[in-house]
Amino acid sequence: MELNAHVPEGPIETLWNEHKFNMRLVNPANKRNFKVIVIGTGLAGAAAAASLGELGYNVTAFTYHDSPRRAHSIAAQGGINAAKNYANDGDSVHRLFYDTVKGGDFRSREANVYRLAQTSVSIIDQCVAQGVPFAREYGGGLENRSFGGVQVSRTFYARGQTGQQLLLGAYQSLMRQVDAGTVRLVPRTEMLDVVVVDGKAAGVVVRDLVTGEVSSHSAHAVVLASGGYGNVYYLSTNAKKSNATAAWRAHRKGAAFANACFTQIHPTCIPASGAHQSKLTLMSESLRNDGRIWVPKDQNDVRPADEIPETDRDYYLERRYPAFGNLVPRDVASRAAKREVDSGRGVGPLKNGVYLDFNAAVDRLGEKEIFERYGNLFEMYERITGEDPFDTPMRIYPATHYTMGGLWVDYNLQSTIPGLFVGGEANFSDHGANRLGASALMQGLADGYFVLPATVGDYLAGMLGTKTVDTAHEEFKKSEADVADQTRRFLGTNGKHSVDHFHKELGKIVWDRIGMERDKAGLESALRDIPALREDFYRDVKILGDGEGLNDSLEKAFRVADFFELAELMAQDALHREESCGGHFRVEHQTEDGEAERDDENFSYVGAWEWKGTGQAEVLHKEPLTFNYVHPTQRSYK
Amino acid sequence: MAASPRSTVEAAVKPISRRPASNAPWPLNIYASAVGKKWTMAITGLIGMGFITVHMLGNLKIYLGREELNHYAEGLRIFGDPFVPRGVVLDILRIVLFIALVLHVHAAYSLWMTNRRARPVAYASRRDYIAANWASRTMIWTGPIVLLFIAFHLLDLTFGNLNPSFIEGDVYHNVVASLQRMPVMIVYILANAALGIHLWHGAWSLFQSIGVNNPYLNGVRRVFATVFALAIVMGNVSFPIAVALRIVG
Amino acid sequence: MQFTLKVWRQTGPSEKGAFATYDASGISEDMSFLEVLDVVNEDLIEAGTEPIAFDHDCREGICGSCGMMVNGQAHGPGTRTATCQLHMRVFNDGDTIVVEPWRSAAFPLVRDLVVNRSALDRIVESGGFISVSTGAATEANLIPVPKVVADAAMDVAECIGCGACVAACPNGAAQLFTAAKMQHLNLLPQGQSERYQRAERMVETMEEYFGGCTNHGECQFACPKGISIDVIAYMNRDYMAAKTKNRKLTGQA
Repeated sequence: MELNAHVPEGPIETLWNEHKFNMRLVNPANKRNFKVIVIGTGLAGAAAAASLGELGYNVTAFTYHDSPRRAHSIAAQGGINAAKNYANDGDSVHRLFYDTVKGGDFRSREANVYRLAQTSVSIIDQCVAQGVPFAREYGGGLENRSFGGVQVSRTFYARGQTGQQLLLGAYQSLMRQVDAGTVRLVPRTEMLDVVVVDGKAAGVVVRDLVTGEVSSHSAHAVVLASGGYGNVYYLSTNAKKSNATAAWRAHRKGAAFANACFTQIHPTCIPASGAHQSKLTLMSESLRNDGRIWVPKDQNDVRPADEIPETDRDYYLERRYPAFGNLVPRDVASRAAKREVDSGRGVGPLKNGVYLDFNAAVDRLGEKEIFERYGNLFEMYERITGEDPFDTPMRIYPATHYTMGGLWVDYNLQSTIPGLFVGGEANFSDHGANRLGASALMQGLADGYFVLPATVGDYLAGMLGTKTVDTAHEEFKKSEADVADQTRRFLGTNGKHSVDHFHKELGKIVWDRIGMERDKAGLESALRDIPALREDFYRDVKILGDGEGLNDSLEKAFRVADFFELAELMAQDALHREESCGGHFRVEHQTEDGEAERDDENFSYVGAWEWKGTGQAEVLHKEPLTFNYVHPTQRSYK
Repeated sequence: MAASPRSTVEAAVKPISRRPASNAPWPLNIYASAVGKKWTMAITGLIGMGFITVHMLGNLKIYLGREELNHYAEGLRIFGDPFVPRGVVLDILRIVLFIALVLHVHAAYSLWMTNRRARPVAYASRRDYIAANWASRTMIWTGPIVLLFIAFHLLDLTFGNLNPSFIEGDVYHNVVASLQRMPVMIVYILANAALGIHLWHGAWSLFQSIGVNNPYLNGVRRVFATVFALAIVMGNVSFPIAVALRIVG
Repeated sequence: MQFTLKVWRQTGPSEKGAFATYDASGISEDMSFLEVLDVVNEDLIEAGTEPIAFDHDCREGICGSCGMMVNGQAHGPGTRTATCQLHMRVFNDGDTIVVEPWRSAAFPLVRDLVVNRSALDRIVESGGFISVSTGAATEANLIPVPKVVADAAMDVAECIGCGACVAACPNGAAQLFTAAKMQHLNLLPQGQSERYQRAERMVETMEEYFGGCTNHGECQFACPKGISIDVIAYMNRDYMAAKTKNRKLTGQA
């Protein structure tokens, strides 16, 4: 396998436009003859399917939800970045590019990030035209806010539901194409394999979740936009059904998987309330603007928060990072919270959180002002915990939130399988080792609306005159048989434990050892324990019912089986990356102050892994990263 | 060129109604839709409310004595004199009211049937309604009660078939003769109670149906409906009571 | 806490369904209602009974996947709450909780508590969008939108498409869903050119599958986003206007 990023030559400012000009075009009359399959209908998938449909391609979109509008993009709260510079505060495409590369701790590809920053401007135009009700100034212009610790106001938002509104915009565009007949929408259908014929993506094998029917679909190109793999941790802010199966099956068919160890932990989530916890809920990062984070100084302090005097409180972020205080980046805040909880100073009934206290802000601004700013979040918190943040400080703890790693793609978002394109969180993305706030929505939509429709078209132009592979082809039959085999195996195991039981066990291993802090011994033990647990899973899982109807346990079994393999790769990737950068913190590699220590000399590359078969070690390929426009510096928030 | 079935819903869900034919004449096209039927019910309901108001107010003349009431009744017949012959305006009004009534009933029946088709399998557990009150949920019963009463009322006091001693033109006599019968008095009061309940929902609901909704008005809508329904019922029910207490007659 | 759950079980659309009774014990008041179903399901799997099928995904009240009748109310007791955000502290220890799928001709049952809500997608498909293809947009700030308009549009755009309005409506009407989407787009300047075609198409598509509104007002209390029935009035107005405006747009009298 050879990694060729296919980044065109030339100055970065004009690269994308030049590249688009050099692309081959498809005659409008021929577009209809090209079949494109899109997997997933979140921001990237819905936007790509709609845009390809508008262009006239023959698109089929699959989603495992009952409607495209349920995709997890809908849950994004904060906002979307764009280099519009409406605030006149010195923002520009170059600054957004710079911030993203730097925020990503210099582990992303410059050309891709620059394109992302350029495209961000058009995304806002597109979404506004679709009717996305972004927040407005009184004059009718779009309002911006500063987000995630950047110094310019470039974040567009729609209350605390930006992701919802952007997804609904993409969903509506998609439904318009469904009505126009250019896109065929297939809901409640999960992709279980990519079929590769003669080295090219030829189609997919899917399972109808309602009837259990397994069927093959061929196409000239396949676009994967199936989201991230945060649910490998079991507890995360991801939706319950979010999974890595589509991406992982593609990996098993030859698509390299990059930077698996780059996962992002969000510092402000509501801590788990017990073993029954099924998922974690994120509280917007904006809360840190006015909330002060603290824990009691004494780990045996059991007094309620309001009885602990100031002198017995440790505002540890303000103490350790006087310049940024409570506004340090996500990874720094997360690790600091973990240290406090690990040292036994956690708060709450399970001692698994830290306080986020609004008392000082209420004294300064008044309860009314605070309610106006965060009222909906406070209500949400109270609904979940039964506590009013005005009476008792909020309790927060970090949780897995986003995965920067994913399928390796070149500048055209094409994976190492020709004809297989990957967009959104599913690809290893433009975020490097750490994603900045309000950038995920930007990247999903940039890929979906603007990059994929162009690059997929270029690929298809080269396929002119070819027919799609017949679904009776042996590769399709083999994939169908594999799926049927796996179904039979799961249903026939008749063990003792539910799928969730194993998923929780896996989650514990991954969270403890490939979570916020990693070390060699832990990763090596994970590499021993995960395969052992996987064997247990195959031996002892209990799945009732049959394969011919809606069977939630069976769906989960397919997904968890892939999480096992992915978790192993994460451990392996984390183990090999002997440095700390972004979301990947190796205990062995930290400064004297306990900050991440990057090793640009040896690790300034994308680590892309090649599947070599079950039970075989994956092989690492390196795509070296060069920085011609932004020069690597060490982050400091002191 | 479109794949079939084009929409995911077409494969799984059967429609319960046909789309209105787009080439039908304007009023029919509108009436074919459920929203159009609600408009129809609101407008015809308004006509009915207008009638019922005038009817009740006019009848209050009963308290001024036989002469006044009969004079008022005669006045209705000679309305428009001398431009149109006697009784013509009244007949036109009767035709308008009749058409309004027929449309109101048909639209209600047709919506009821649609709504039954929309939920062919009822909830097996007991519903716990929050907003839907007994008035809104009993429209389908108070409506027919009022309808039957109207039929009886017409045969009793307009055509006289069911009146014990009908004298054409002597409204005062006819009313007193009819209401002196105990069962008629009870039916009269019960039917007016049903009418009141029907109006209490209808007089509020019609604003929604025709899209009259603004923050200044919304608070008033419920008050209006309550006051209107109460006024009509109190006015109407006072007649049998007055007859029973021999205040009238 | 301990509860008795009466849950509707039905293996397929054409099979016969019935309530089954399960005990849920050791429940914490911090659990969400769906987590209680998780606990019951784990017990069922242990005991060799097929778990209860129910739709769910984000579990933070935004995706609109979950939805069931809980004690005769869509999404259960509590205002502005989706089933996933319904926490057990609102119930009393020892309560019997009755759970039933949403019932509507437009929502055929799939299994247990899962129904097919594609008919709602069909309504959006028929006009719940602004026709602007990718790349055809103008500079965003060229379209000023007064703040009050953007806020009002956002109020209704919050709809999560769960279908609770249909489930709660005694008539099985989808007016709140349809009107919310229509109002969102009809309020904005971007949505004006298609406004009346949208009104006509969306209403008539809605009526193919759903019942008609008789102003019970049940939907707005079931709505997890608290969308007001005011929007239904606006929809009625726009639909009536559409009947003449769409003709006049083409120059006809």
